[in-house]
Amino acid sequence: MGTTKPTAQGLLRRYVFTTDHKVVGLQYFFLSLAAVLVGTFLSLLMRIHLVWPQAAIPFLGQIKPENYLAYLTIHGTLMVFFVLSTVPQNGFGTYLLPLQLGASEMALPRLSMAGFWITLLSFFVLIAAFFAPGGASLAGWTQYPPLSAVPSAGPGQGTGTDLWLVSIGLFCVASVLSSINFITTTLKMRTRGMTLMRMPLTCWTWFVAAILILLAFSILLAAVIMLLLDRNAGTNFFVPANLLISGHAVDHQGGSPLLWQHLFWFFGHPEVYIAILPGMGVTSHLLSVFSRKPVFGYKAMVGAILAIGFLGFMVWGHHMFVSGMNPYAGFAFSSLTTAIAVPSAIKVFNWLGTLWGGRFRFTTPMLFSIGFVSLFITGGLTGPILAQPALDAYLHDTYFVVAHFHLIMAMAGLFAVFAATYFWFPKMFGRMMNSTLGSAHFWVTFFGAYAIFMPMHLLGIAGHPRRYSELTGVQYVAAMAPLQQFITAAAIITICGQLLFLINFFWSMFKGAAAGANPWECTTLEWTLPSPPPREGFGNQSPLVYQGAYEYSVPGASKDFLMQDSTATPQ
Amino acid sequence: MSHSQTTTTEHHPALAHQFDSLEQQKDASMLGMWAFLLTEIMMFGGLFAAYLIYRLRYYEAFVAGSTSIAVTLGAVNTLVLIGSSLTMALAVSAAQRGAQKVLRGFIVATMLLGLVFLGIKAVEYHEKYVEHHIPGGVFGKFGPTDIEKDLQEKDHKTPEAAAQIARQTEIFFCFYFAMTGLHAFHMLIGFGLMTWLLWLSRGNRFGPDYYTPVELGGLYWHFVDIVWIFLFPLLYLISRTQGAH
Repeated sequence: MGTTKPTAQGLLRRYVFTTDHKVVGLQYFFLSLAAVLVGTFLSLLMRIHLVWPQAAIPFLGQIKPENYLAYLTIHGTLMVFFVLSTVPQNGFGTYLLPLQLGASEMALPRLSMAGFWITLLSFFVLIAAFFAPGGASLAGWTQYPPLSAVPSAGPGQGTGTDLWLVSIGLFCVASVLSSINFITTTLKMRTRGMTLMRMPLTCWTWFVAAILILLAFSILLAAVIMLLLDRNAGTNFFVPANLLISGHAVDHQGGSPLLWQHLFWFFGHPEVYIAILPGMGVTSHLLSVFSRKPVFGYKAMVGAILAIGFLGFMVWGHHMFVSGMNPYAGFAFSSLTTAIAVPSAIKVFNWLGTLWGGRFRFTTPMLFSIGFVSLFITGGLTGPILAQPALDAYLHDTYFVVAHFHLIMAMAGLFAVFAATYFWFPKMFGRMMNSTLGSAHFWVTFFGAYAIFMPMHLLGIAGHPRRYSELTGVQYVAAMAPLQQFITAAAIITICGQLLFLINFFWSMFKGAAAGANPWECTTLEWTLPSPPPREGFGNQSPLVYQGAYEYSVPGASKDFLMQDSTATPQ
Repeated sequence: MSHSQTTTTEHHPALAHQFDSLEQQKDASMLGMWAFLLTEIMMFGGLFAAYLIYRLRYYEAFVAGSTSIAVTLGAVNTLVLIGSSLTMALAVSAAQRGAQKVLRGFIVATMLLGLVFLGIKAVEYHEKYVEHHIPGGVFGKFGPTDIEKDLQEKDHKTPEAAAQIARQTEIFFCFYFAMTGLHAFHMLIGFGLMTWLLWLSRGNRFGPDYYTPVELGGLYWHFVDIVWIFLFPLLYLISRTQGAH
């Protein structure tokens, strides 16, 4: 804080329209917190509707099928874009990347600010769709045409879908701007001694995820522009000829809905890795810190991160096995998809290697990191199953797929976010979070995640289709109602359990025990600064780095960890 | 970082606080611009990929549509745009030398050439309007178009085949308008950048030490130029040898 009394304009530039990467990171964090609350509330409504279709919700009344589809669309969109693509990368990354690299600021601070404000605008445009005539879009977060291309296709397919497209177009622009900043900062702003192979693995994953964002989101932007033109300017990129909607011929000619699927999934599959790569980085980082051991196979980890990023661009077709694909193309996509299991397995092996023989400190962030590994394995094992075209033909569009991507992307991703929050909270706010509440939160969430999503595999194998709002009409589906009731009960308990996190978070922000500069005894550069770090970061005193990020239990050293800028050489 | 720097650029007014030297600042800005241009390549790449897919699918319609558009205007526009890239390159060189007046002159020349390009583009768009070749439900509703007549007379298609191919050229014109329209939109952004550079150059701040904004603006302008260098053959030239005319 400055010595002079800050003016109103000064406060505005310091905390609202600011280029300070630490404030922008927190702005992203709180935006994602708002998005996850809305998204979770929508999932609660969906779970209640599935089990009690007639139930009247206070203020909303009885949920109609089109409401259910709108909730489903916005739930998916919020969670994928505004939570999983936002907080691990732009939230924690913007806050921590310069600090971990020893830079005093992002390379292009105005891009940080622009990125956040465009993302915020995009968020409001998306939420505004609920208040548009006809409500929000019904076409799911993938927005497949022709449903999404023809405004007369249903309620929510008019203004609601236009707002969805504008929102995601803005989100693409914001993400691309932010990723340019990440790449530039990583390559040009590292302090002296911070070679690429001395960077913490978190920085590696932010860097590779930024490259994926750069390439993938620009394709989505092209697709979104084309779909907006189809809807509003009379072009016909995605609308097939002779399409009848409610008995009326649509005045379009010769486009192909498959083109959208290709463009969308060319973005959509790398998007999965954009969401999970930073989580992998956080997990690698924290397992090492709390096992007091170096990361097992650092170079192999870096190689696996790069391999996952590279292969991630070549597998988009596995989302389209049942879209009428040439079997040869299906074979190629299937082989490449199973190939991703190799770098993923390298990562899991190295996480277990890092844990092996460690001197554990079972702090809350450590618990969530171990939880990440567990969920990553469980969710990951169903990946090669779905990568087989023959099996996918049966399992596609069933709850099996829902279970798969919720475990590996949503749950594992969120566990990494929780781990990162508990871990870096002391740095961000200068106070510790309560560890008893933290442990309770972990166990509720861990068992809750499995209780919700494991039974969904069984639903899927039994042929339960996803996206259906009511289960009562179809006999074989109605027989699965007890399992659905169990899932809803587990979901309600797990969602209530998240109150433990919210209470802990806001209570600790003001009342938590004071944290020192380095409460976890960690080696990386952000812990050399006071908590919270001053506005100018390292300022003119940029650190000199002498060793890698994972020097724990070094033989002959006086302490069991060596800070990256420590000159004390072990005997 | 900064405590080791003894260069004269240390306290240059254009040096942002997070950088140690103007050189680092320039490197970072240039890398950022190249990364941005990569995203642009991906975005236009999505459209190019879609264009190729539909070209294979509706080959005859794409040939007919492509041969119907004005190749002379397109060629003139290509020359105009290459000329504007030349003036832009000269502007960067003037900024490097610190010749502020020359810099301003070349930026204005670049903008004027850009305006000529957009003017010719407007003439072409107007032609499409007169010929009923604007997508959006007008194809096949105003009697046989010139394309349809040519297909019958010069390619000796049956009236039914000619009508069907002419109807399918709508998809070609979807790409024509989406791609050239997006390109023209990038030109408008380029005008904004050029105006910003004019504004910056009032303070006579550019010179051998610091000309990064002009160079970044130049990169952007050249990129928009190169997009057109790909659009021109894809839309105007590629089918000309197969056509009837």
